[in-house]
Amino acid sequence: MSITPTNLRIVSTLKKHSMASLIEKGLRIDGRKLNEYREITIIPNYIAKAEGSAYVKVGGTVVIAGLKVGVGTPFPDTPNDGVITVNAEFVPFASPTFEPGPPDENAIELARVIDRSIRELRVVDLSKLAIIPGEKVYILWLDIYVFDHDGNLLDSSMLAAMTTLLTAKIPKAVVKEEKNVELNKEEKIPLPINNKVVTVTVGKVNNKLIIDPTVDEEQILECKLAVSISEDGRIAGMQKMSTGVFTEDEVLEAVKLAKEASKTLFAKINEALSKVQ
Amino acid sequence: MKPEGLKLINEEGLRVDGRKPDELRPVVMEVGVLKNADGSAYVQQGNTKVIAAVYGPREIHPKHLTLPDRAILRTRYHMVPYSTDERKSPAPTRREIELSKVIREALESVIFVELYPRTTIDVFIEVIQADAGTRTAGIMAASLALADAGIPMRDLVAAVAVGKVDGQLVLDINQLEDEYGEADMPIAMMPSLGKIVLLQLNGVLTEEEFKQALQLAKKGIMKLYEYEQQALRKKYVEIKPEEV
Repeated sequence: MSITPTNLRIVSTLKKHSMASLIEKGLRIDGRKLNEYREITIIPNYIAKAEGSAYVKVGGTVVIAGLKVGVGTPFPDTPNDGVITVNAEFVPFASPTFEPGPPDENAIELARVIDRSIRELRVVDLSKLAIIPGEKVYILWLDIYVFDHDGNLLDSSMLAAMTTLLTAKIPKAVVKEEKNVELNKEEKIPLPINNKVVTVTVGKVNNKLIIDPTVDEEQILECKLAVSISEDGRIAGMQKMSTGVFTEDEVLEAVKLAKEASKTLFAKINEALSKVQ
Repeated sequence: MKPEGLKLINEEGLRVDGRKPDELRPVVMEVGVLKNADGSAYVQQGNTKVIAAVYGPREIHPKHLTLPDRAILRTRYHMVPYSTDERKSPAPTRREIELSKVIREALESVIFVELYPRTTIDVFIEVIQADAGTRTAGIMAASLALADAGIPMRDLVAAVAVGKVDGQLVLDINQLEDEYGEADMPIAMMPSLGKIVLLQLNGVLTEEEFKQALQLAKKGIMKLYEYEQQALRKKYVEIKPEEV
């Protein structure tokens, strides 16, 4: 059951007012423009034990994603495809409002929005991840962990997820007797990738649209719309996530804004990749 | 994977169930279908069948879950085990948890929650037969049930999913079109206010296609809005012969 949250972060009324009136004038409390991201740091291969990983810091938000790989049976409706599972957790120390326990609706929604964008755009070429078609395939677990919450968890998590997939090296599968499959950790191959995707969350305050809200700014958003954009500029998924309403024009404007902002994110990913290769 | 030779749009431009691209499935809407609930409604769109019920505004325990300046909303979207091709476990899936959230958020912007501080309004949606479009049918049933419960709202909510199948945008997709199509975009609006309360896109569209999809959805939503009003009138306005 989904319940109206009552354990919200408290932001002082004065600060709320000053944030809102600044946005009204096209300014932000931290000096940014309405369509500007905070400083973004991406460190690929952050966790040596994972087959792929990335540390992402956007302003004060910290997310680490990691990929682990196994062998399993394919889904009956896609017998010749590998399997990817996306999971997200908000660890309790990341925010005073997070509690220990299984992922809540926010973490589940975040993971599912990322999963859908990756799946629909065929970011990972799952057809190349069959080992014995119909019987044994690679199983990929992409785990996204939020360690510090300073707003805009979705865009940050997607950056971490995407960088992880792009830099992952998976062990080569060796078919032994009686169709036993072993993963050879000595020989690693890059994950087959078709496409890149990022997510830009657009928030609305007093009919003005902003991107990359801080955790305090999130408290004054009337509503927000997450738009996933592929590197070739197509819309690869959308999710209105929050209460509040958009007009049709606002949605179209949000998509334009997201498309423009996605270029910054792709540039950041590509910059991080160039340092790895 | 799409079976070989399956065509979702035939040579005449018709869909697998014979509909035109901009045609809705047959709709049945009925208000006040349950005895106990404060408000209830049944919505059928093609082979999708949904019942929604509302309780409240009512007291809630523990009290710390309440808010001093408004009602809270509790929403559950649930599919019963026999509603799908393969039995669905009755336990809530990740999908149901997500949909409960987006439906709650949609309804929170529709209901005048500030009229009922320190209470809860409970909305329950049960999908009894699933053939795509269950969240959109569910949110319409919920909005009718809320109206039936006499809870003040800014407008009714009408909702529909637009899909892209065989490269073409189509209105109100069914299960086959959802499974083998290229995109699924459920959208819910307060039609007379022109406000979007729920919007999701699962699939890939260009900006231009998205614009067209929005227009197509709006067309369907205006029709569904009329059906909703008819259903409410049928219960509350129509003068039945025996009462005269």
